[in-house]
Amino acid sequence: MALAFDEFGRPFIILREQDQKTRLRGIDAQKANIAAGKAVARILRSSLGPKGMDKMLQGPDGDVTITNDGATILEQMDVDNQIAKLMVELSRSQDYEIGDGTTGVVVMAGALLEQAERQLDRGIHPIRVAEGYEMASRVAVEHLERISQKFEFDNDNYEPLVQTCMTTLSSKIVNRCKRSLAEIAVKAVLAVADLERKDVNLDLIKIEGKVGGNLEDTELIYGILVDKDMSHPQMPKQIEDAHIAILTCPFEPPKPKTKHKVDIDTVEKFETLRKQEQQYFDEMVQKCKDVGATLVICQWGFDDEANHLLMHRNLPAVRWVGGVELELIAIATGGRIVPRFQELTAEKLGKAGMVREKSFGTTKERMLYIEHCANSKAVTIFIRGGNKMMIEETKRSIHDALCVARNLIRNKSIVYGGGAAEIACSLAVDAAADKYPGVEQYAIRAFAEALDSVPMALAENSGLQPIETLSAVKSQQLKENIPFYGIDCNDVGTNDMREQNVFETLIGKQQQILLATQVVKMILKIDDVISNSEY
Amino acid sequence: MPIDKIFKDDASEEKGERARMASFIGAMAVADLVKSTLGPKGMDKILQSTGRGHSVTVTNDGATILKSLHIDNPAAKVLVDISKVQDDEVGDGTTSVVVLAGELLREAEKLVTSKIHPMTIIAGYRMAAECARDALLKRVIDNKENAEKFRSDLMKIAMTTLCSKILSQDKEHFAEMAVDAVFRLKGSTNLEAIQIIKKPGGSLRDSFLDEGFILDKKIGIGQPKRIENAKILVANTAMDTDKVKIYGARVRVDSMTKVAQIEGAEKEKMKDKVNKILAHGINCFVNRQLIYNFPEELFADAGVLAIEHADFEGIERLGLVTGGEIASTFDNPESVKLGHCKLIEEIMIGEDKLIHFSGVEMGQACSIVLRGASHHVLDEAERSLHDALCVLSQTVNDSRVLLGGGWPEMVMAKEVDELARKTAGKKSHAIEAFSRALVAIPTTIADNAGLDSAELVAQLRAEHHTEGCNAGIDVISGAVGDMEERGIYEAFKVKQAVLLSATEAAEMILRVDEIITCAPRRREDRM
Repeated sequence: MALAFDEFGRPFIILREQDQKTRLRGIDAQKANIAAGKAVARILRSSLGPKGMDKMLQGPDGDVTITNDGATILEQMDVDNQIAKLMVELSRSQDYEIGDGTTGVVVMAGALLEQAERQLDRGIHPIRVAEGYEMASRVAVEHLERISQKFEFDNDNYEPLVQTCMTTLSSKIVNRCKRSLAEIAVKAVLAVADLERKDVNLDLIKIEGKVGGNLEDTELIYGILVDKDMSHPQMPKQIEDAHIAILTCPFEPPKPKTKHKVDIDTVEKFETLRKQEQQYFDEMVQKCKDVGATLVICQWGFDDEANHLLMHRNLPAVRWVGGVELELIAIATGGRIVPRFQELTAEKLGKAGMVREKSFGTTKERMLYIEHCANSKAVTIFIRGGNKMMIEETKRSIHDALCVARNLIRNKSIVYGGGAAEIACSLAVDAAADKYPGVEQYAIRAFAEALDSVPMALAENSGLQPIETLSAVKSQQLKENIPFYGIDCNDVGTNDMREQNVFETLIGKQQQILLATQVVKMILKIDDVISNSEY
Repeated sequence: MPIDKIFKDDASEEKGERARMASFIGAMAVADLVKSTLGPKGMDKILQSTGRGHSVTVTNDGATILKSLHIDNPAAKVLVDISKVQDDEVGDGTTSVVVLAGELLREAEKLVTSKIHPMTIIAGYRMAAECARDALLKRVIDNKENAEKFRSDLMKIAMTTLCSKILSQDKEHFAEMAVDAVFRLKGSTNLEAIQIIKKPGGSLRDSFLDEGFILDKKIGIGQPKRIENAKILVANTAMDTDKVKIYGARVRVDSMTKVAQIEGAEKEKMKDKVNKILAHGINCFVNRQLIYNFPEELFADAGVLAIEHADFEGIERLGLVTGGEIASTFDNPESVKLGHCKLIEEIMIGEDKLIHFSGVEMGQACSIVLRGASHHVLDEAERSLHDALCVLSQTVNDSRVLLGGGWPEMVMAKEVDELARKTAGKKSHAIEAFSRALVAIPTTIADNAGLDSAELVAQLRAEHHTEGCNAGIDVISGAVGDMEERGIYEAFKVKQAVLLSATEAAEMILRVDEIITCAPRRREDRM
């Protein structure tokens, strides 16, 4: 196959060691790629929607993850096939960009591929299919814009935000207490949001988890939670109105970075050195005390002597606090991180209304709460749960909810969930198809059909008759010309998503359609796969 | 065209029915494994480690058994995990939680085979768990106001916990000990403050709770063996050679005389330190670190008792009981808080000498000395006592109690059954199954005791049909009896944790419809 002839008719080889490579060309290559993409989508299909199932993943070291989050499943799946890897990438980019809808995007792409295969069987050239998809996606995105609704909220009336987060959370294992978790997520985002600039820095929201307790005990702390305790067991456990010195220098004898030797050769030198050392510790503690600090948070360890001096002077201290946490504390308390004792001044201290140590369970586990900070921008979501897997899954779910809330603050438009948006788009695309002359028309119709597969999967997972339900909803939408009818997954008894309060963000949906189309186009354009066979 | 594969070579994928089957079987196998240890007549397990020495553990504690297992099944790992969390959080009920989760899955399997969707089962289980919890809340007894009654409640809880353990022979003795110890903590749940010292020899009955505090250390030679009205300085400081800590400092000399001089200075420095310590007006000095012979001698000269090498927890506890602060510098003796106690003396337990501090000021910590025939017995006794202490300390904070002996399960089962009858739809099957799973616990208790479980449980169910019934299984007499009269109590917090985490775990496993196992990480061969 890879044999070519030059102008003199002599054969030459294009691929080196070609007999060791497997090669797929033309329609075979496309079919194989489509099959791989579909296989990945099939795995995720059953996780879609509020009644979706979970996957249990056993990692290479025997660790178990149970999750419903598309991005996490794909990430941990240990995929080898190149096309399958593309799908993994697809879900990941949705995760980075939007944070939610990671399962939906893969299911969508899988459906598009499936439809494309049918068009290929009809003999339509892949490029024409790809182009048709491109046109159709433009129509769909525009239509989404048209059916989207803006809703108003502010710091006092955040109910719509909570509703949207609840839609996201309802597909996760935490849906038992989705209301409280959604509220926590929204409050957290509002606390750090800059509504003027419509920007939310999610880095300011820290998610901490601790095994034990119930999911209901999950709480939002307006402040920072540090998994550390006071350096000396007898230090006070509660400090009100704390002035915090945030240090990155250890309470230890100095270690100059340049190499040096202090030689002791006489008794006097020994004596002076000894005195100096004592003084050194004393000065360090005194400096902290002098500037008015009532709590010292340090990145490094303490020498025993320094520790006692701190305790003795009634200056509580926390040691070995990680760099990231230290930064967060500095942001929250409005303090400055001080790298040298000499530079410690009163202005550089952080302020917090309350610092307290709290212990958990029967083991000696303590955590430090820093609350009522001067600059209350940083918040912590503290998750409790029955076991580690539960906590990890809750963390992922909360992350999704946070992303959704952030997207809404950036762009207040929403579309209705439960497959309503997809069905509306499908109708619009189908109607638009007839306007396009040429072969693309078929591809556009195929796109409309692929859009139907998301509500179809939703209905399937909820134990409804997929075809029956979908056609009923579709005709309802068309008849009444209202794009709010979707699949009634929770068996509430109404198809009107406005009543069920199932929302999704507009940008999330748009992104899903665009990303899925892009990846499918890319896959369709491949007509030659060359891979090293077994090595 | 079929695609060859999308996963890596050794990765495997199990789907739908097969995946569910694999997880059900794994979880049930683990539950059945610990099932026989449940209840007062439960059997023990011998665990032999594969490590060096093949050390043997004999235990009845669910968490300990499961912790030591090497499990490959992912669903089984979930169960091991919940048992561990139960241990950390409330300390007891580690077996019950696994058995209940196993039963819930066993019932779920039956429902799945009769074509009920897992999501429906989960919805039913959730409703049932909520209802069961409410049923318990309605029947809790809270004696927080009445101190005397509360104490007797605690005693009963401790005895109930201990009766399934190796200590059941002397459960009253140990229950008394545990309750006393917990009351000393004054509401804190920090069990570190209770020190358990194990000394082989004697019998379990010889174990005792010490009023004061016992330190497993020897008194330095030539120092007083008995001090009355002791003033104690608790310290954490280097008493070997007090090094110059400034980095890079080193001694460089050019003649022997200078060496001697510096050595002298070093000695002087240590002497200074000792003198400073002595200036506190103490007669007992406890250090976390080593004390060299030279300072020890100095202390002996001054008639001060010096104890070296008390470990970190020992020091902390000593600080707690005597009310002294842990000191590392000694420059201002006026302001360092010293610890006080009436009497320090050396005591003998078996063949070992220990230091005993009695008449302590604060008394927030205490020591329990366990005696027993062998290390295995002592280890198991410690675990049992630890369970009891955990439960008690949690109950002190949440004083609600329930009756034991399968009573709470029957109460819950009854309520859940009623809910099932009222609920429309497929969910009611799941709710009914939940109640069956709950009944499995008294059944197992009866089975383990060699009783006719079918007969007893049926009797129990009939009894529970009347309002306000206190009937449970009395394993000792082998019949249904009034649990209040028998004094079998359990802590509400434990039962609630068992119920909720078992449901949570079952739900988690049920939701899975696919298991993807990654290729195991290859170890590099170092041949």
